[in-house]
Amino acid sequence: MSAVIVIIEHDRGELASASLEALSAARPVATQLGVPVVAAVCGGSDATANDTAGAIAATCARYGASEVVSLMHPLLADYGPEAWGEAIAQFVAQRRPAAVLACGTDRGNEVMAHVAAILDAPMVANCLTINPAAEPWAMTRVQWGGSLLEDSTLAAPVKLLTVGHHAVDASSAPVAAATSSVFEPVLDASLARTVVADRVVREAGVTLTTARVVVGGGRGVGSPEGFGILEELAAELNGKVGCSRAVTNNGWRNHTDQVGQTGTRIAPDIYMACGISGAIQHWVGAMASKNILAINTDREANMVTKADYAVIGDLHKVIPAITAEIRRRR
Amino acid sequence: MALNIAVCVKRVPAPGSRINVTADLQSVDTANLGFTTSPHEECAVEEAVRLIEAHGGTATVITLGPSEAEEQLRYAASVGIEKCVLVTAADGLNWDPQRTAAALADAVKTVEARDGIFDLILFGNESADSGSFQVGVRVARALGRPIVNGIKGVEVAEDSITIRRPIDAGFEVYRLPRPAVIGVKEGINLPRYPTMKGRLASKKAAVEVIAAAAEPGGQTRVQLHRPPDKASTTVILGTGPEAAPAVVDLLAELGLLV
Ligand SMILES: Cc1cc2nc3c(=O)[nH]c(=O)nc-3n(C[C@H](O)[C@H](O)[C@H](O)COP(=O)(O)OP(=O)(O)OC[C@H]3O[C@@H](n4cnc5c(N)ncnc54)[C@H](O)[C@@H]3O)c2cc1C
Ligand SMILES: Nc1ncnc2c1ncn2[C@@H]1O[C@H](COP(=O)(O)O)[C@@H](O)[C@H]1O
Repeated sequence: MSAVIVIIEHDRGELASASLEALSAARPVATQLGVPVVAAVCGGSDATANDTAGAIAATCARYGASEVVSLMHPLLADYGPEAWGEAIAQFVAQRRPAAVLACGTDRGNEVMAHVAAILDAPMVANCLTINPAAEPWAMTRVQWGGSLLEDSTLAAPVKLLTVGHHAVDASSAPVAAATSSVFEPVLDASLARTVVADRVVREAGVTLTTARVVVGGGRGVGSPEGFGILEELAAELNGKVGCSRAVTNNGWRNHTDQVGQTGTRIAPDIYMACGISGAIQHWVGAMASKNILAINTDREANMVTKADYAVIGDLHKVIPAITAEIRRRR
Repeated sequence: MALNIAVCVKRVPAPGSRINVTADLQSVDTANLGFTTSPHEECAVEEAVRLIEAHGGTATVITLGPSEAEEQLRYAASVGIEKCVLVTAADGLNWDPQRTAAALADAVKTVEARDGIFDLILFGNESADSGSFQVGVRVARALGRPIVNGIKGVEVAEDSITIRRPIDAGFEVYRLPRPAVIGVKEGINLPRYPTMKGRLASKKAAVEVIAAAAEPGGQTRVQLHRPPDKASTTVILGTGPEAAPAVVDLLAELGLLV
């Protein structure tokens, strides 16, 4: 029977929440086609792999997978784009699903691209909507990191699609009697060449993606030292400092602080954008913020007109005044 | 250990505060726009130049696009890339990613047949406009070479290439045999600006033209459109430092003054 296969993303057994988004996006597609959602989970083939596969299978069933298939091979124990792509391509060739979905994360898009290249099939990345009732299938996908949308059609025996990260809310839909099975791909030993060889783990702490407050600085900050007042304000609010590309390009801050299309996407409770004009490539990285406050000398700046709140003025005067006011109230 | 390196870049418009679409809804309206490449690709170019400076050898920049894409090739030449290849197609605009990858793979094979195998081919992690997240992977697969995307660190040794990829918790390390392919992300380096000498030299750089012939893939564009603008009326909290109390009131209201 045909199916919609969902590629389950996990890191050595730890399920990525993105997988739940992919399962949630797959359900309406499968329902329209009248086929089941099948979760495909890559993993090693030893006893611990069996245990983690069991735990992942239970979660997948809660999110609507009526069948969970463990793709087991020693080369799949840790992440490797070529080996994961090859294993899924073999499973797809055997199962012949109507579609394969993954979440459009770094790994999701990467694995799907390998599947597509192996099967010589088209792949549509970062879809926001999928219409399997149209002939050919129709989808709306993200361009320019979200500043532009593309409606496209897809003609192929198997539709390979990734779903924009955070485009779909993960919602549970338990399947009472999910079945599970094992698929053993045949993998060439040479595929070990792109399996993760080593990992370096940083100390945990508030990051740009998890911070509730982000204080962003742009060209208007004027210099590396100028960021001192932004650091102070961020520290006062247990937040992080972000920046625009004009800033990283000038070498004022490290690229890890850059917010935007080619930087980090943030979603804090408040983003305070100081001396940032609000170019679309910056905006797409900041637009998921719950509140945006722009501090800018230019009332007409895009960041100001798009923000929820704004202060018109010189950031070098406004920011220290805010920090002082916070301290005064404590 | 002289290296032979290639970089693939794509010419894209550089919109500012708003993207407009042409009347036929097929393209970005570029009437008032300059052109550039993805920052990821600018960094890939810089990385290639640095590797050649460190190890010796030759770097080649390749683009598939209209003849105007020579501008992006010459920019790469102005910061130190030696050879330029323009892959043209009669209707070389808006090619789907399968078709683009097939044409680029053919071009790489053509150049390699004459100049020797590329030890390393660098792609951007994704193109700035279409962001299809697949052209590099397809080209690597067509060439039978390993590829890993999202790379922010490269070290080349005699028979291997060690690369770093950031993840939420830190970074992963991969060790690829040579020849290899990688997809690079902005932040791997800080690209240099062209010098006056570089600019002048790039004007004279020879551009090799290869005619592309590849069949369209299965993904077809219907139309482009802007996402609906977030309806926003900006609340102006004040002007200058006198606005500070209003800002702090807002922070308190949001429960952020902990
Ligand atoms: C493909 C592509 C990808 C890109 N990706 C990103 C990305 O990920 N992130 C990103 O940020 N950019 C990105 N960019 C660059 C982007 O287009 C803009 O160039 C950049 O965001 C501009 O940075 P800025 O707002 O700091 O500088 P500017 O545009 O120069 O704006 C400076 C602002 O500061 C204000 N100002 C000046 N002085 C003061 C003062 N004393 N007090 C208060 N305000 C002041 C000015 O009024 C102005 O609004 C990308 C571009 C391309 C083509
Ligand atoms: N027309 C093109 N010419 C040269 N390289 C390209 C072209 N399109 C895509 N690429 C390369 O492939 C990468 C991934 O593109 P994409 O699959 O469109 O996201 C880009 O960052 C470029 O390095």
